[in-house]
Amino acid sequence: MALLKKFKPKFWDYQDVAAAPYRAKCQFRRLWYGAIVLTSVIAVSPLIFMAVIDYRATQHDLESEILLRTSRLVSNTHRTIFYFLEERKSALDFIVHDNSFEKCAKPGRLSGILRNLKNSFGGFEDLGLIDPLGIQRAYVGPYRLKGKDYSDQEWYEQVVERGEYISNVFLGFRHVPHLVIAIKYASESGNYCVLRATLDMEKFNELLSHLEMAGEGDAFVINHQGILQTPSRFYGKVFQKISLPIPEYAPKTRVFERETPDAAPLIIGYRYIPSTPFILMVVKQKTELMKPWDNTRKKLIGFLLISITIILLVIFGGATYLVNRIYVADQNLIMTLHEVEYSNKMASIGRLAAGVAHEINNPLAVINEKAGLIKDLLAFKKEYAEDDTLMEPIDVIISSVHRCGRITKRLLGFARHMDVSIQSIHVGEVIQEVLEFLHKEAEYRAIVISLNIPDGIPKIETDAGKLQQVLLNIMNNAFAAMGNGGHLDITAKMAGQEMVSVSIADDGCGIPEANLKHVFEPFFSTKTVEGGTGLGLSITYGLVQELGGSIDVKSKVGEGTVFTIVLPLIMGEKEKINTCEYS
Amino acid sequence: MRVLLVDDEKELVSTLAERLAIRGIDSDWATGGEDALKLAETHCYDVAVLDIRLPGISGIDLQKKMKLKCPTLKFMFMTGHGSQGDFQAGTTEAGIDYYLVKPVSIDELLEKMNMLMTA
Repeated sequence: MALLKKFKPKFWDYQDVAAAPYRAKCQFRRLWYGAIVLTSVIAVSPLIFMAVIDYRATQHDLESEILLRTSRLVSNTHRTIFYFLEERKSALDFIVHDNSFEKCAKPGRLSGILRNLKNSFGGFEDLGLIDPLGIQRAYVGPYRLKGKDYSDQEWYEQVVERGEYISNVFLGFRHVPHLVIAIKYASESGNYCVLRATLDMEKFNELLSHLEMAGEGDAFVINHQGILQTPSRFYGKVFQKISLPIPEYAPKTRVFERETPDAAPLIIGYRYIPSTPFILMVVKQKTELMKPWDNTRKKLIGFLLISITIILLVIFGGATYLVNRIYVADQNLIMTLHEVEYSNKMASIGRLAAGVAHEINNPLAVINEKAGLIKDLLAFKKEYAEDDTLMEPIDVIISSVHRCGRITKRLLGFARHMDVSIQSIHVGEVIQEVLEFLHKEAEYRAIVISLNIPDGIPKIETDAGKLQQVLLNIMNNAFAAMGNGGHLDITAKMAGQEMVSVSIADDGCGIPEANLKHVFEPFFSTKTVEGGTGLGLSITYGLVQELGGSIDVKSKVGEGTVFTIVLPLIMGEKEKINTCEYS
Repeated sequence: MRVLLVDDEKELVSTLAERLAIRGIDSDWATGGEDALKLAETHCYDVAVLDIRLPGISGIDLQKKMKLKCPTLKFMFMTGHGSQGDFQAGTTEAGIDYYLVKPVSIDELLEKMNMLMTA
């Protein structure tokens, strides 16, 4: 809390204590809130908006990239499988074209071909030659299948009808997965025969098992019924039905995303391999593939948060600084307006006093002369001259006139100082003039005023009007602080070669230490209850500054207060510019 | 010593002239600038006591005009007003000792006149 207090800006607890007509109530705290909220919203919203767009775009790009890569992999693998099968089909096709049925049927010929095929391609298990009746005329391989009748088998019907046939994978007699490729050869004479070969799946499986895939990828082949034709890493063994749905037929490669409520989302790519019962499938874990995105996302969000924090800090600092500046400027403005108002008031009082004094002085002079004449005339006759009942009233009239004259002269002297900017005066004279206004009050309240002004103090060149106001203000404050029978000590002395200091010490109530450093601040007042606006001492401070001097206060509660003004013997040029005539 | 008193307050100058006469000083008075100038043309005065503010003309201007006519004439000012402008002009022309603010006691006036004559 103490730390918070330290950083609290000046305007935070500002209360408008003395509202004047020209002062609009300025809610600095509300201004500060407004500035912060408005700037923050305007600065941060586009940033968040852009970040969200970028987030989505990057995510979308990465997802597209994943789909594209999967699609490419499916296409390439499909082509490999397709050519693998096509190669073997073509080899068989070449054999039946190169060797007539009769040639092939010769003993030893087929076994030579099988040997060559094994050497060239590998993976060929057996070869059989079937006549148009579906009877296997020649066979080389591990089984005794010569003479077997295939005429009623579905595959035989298909090969006769279409000219070629590739079977599903099946478990042979040796419990090893196999597939069958059969080719029909039609001779020019209209006869035909069928060459049938069995392939083991080793080479076929290698095509898939050697694929390199990111994201826990799995590539396998199923048939149109969803039975696995090649082993899968995650979706079962050969001949098991896969847990995934069989994708619908499409002539081209397709990739789609599959969301499952209980498992991680999958990227599935597939392709129907033409002229075969096979569907190539590539399945990848989307979560795995999106892992690089996590890093990017973390960076993006981190950057966003840091940026927002910095922006908010800058806005916070900037708003506080600016509102503080406005506050200070506002305080200065109010202060200046008050000073002007105060000066105008003083000037008006001065003019009024001078006018009144003038108007009164002329009739006073007439009374003076008339009374003097009466006295002169009475003095001619001895009986009148010695008659106190006549002479005394006349003397009283004359002395009263002179008393009035002294008052008006004092007023004129005070007002005269306000008329002028710079003049050379004795500090003592100004103090005397000011005291003239206070000595009646001092008399009534039994306040003892002691002056200690040495003769050696030179004249100072200053604005006497301002100096009068300064002294009057301080002395008024001293009078207010003192009870009846107080003591006011006014001391003037040289402070160095070029300065004169005037100390005004009272033995009044004093100022508490906590308030002492605030006494020259505008609107600081302990007399608010009695209607004080707290501007007196701040104006005094301002006036002393304008005179090129300084003012200092020392005080102890219960003992009294000392105000010390230090003034230069000659005012600087800068201060002279600030001095203006009041009239 | 012959004195010319100029003030727009007739009662003041006439009474003052009378009192000066009682004290053996010959004096004339005028309530306006033109009358004063006429008197200054026809008579020879030693001292002129002028008000600073006169109808139509300021005491300072009147002093300058009179000085042209009577170079030996000495001046003092007696005024009811105390503006700094008047004070400065008056004291510059006549000297700080000869700038009097009303009401003035007759003794002080005489003293100043004598001082002026002997200066």
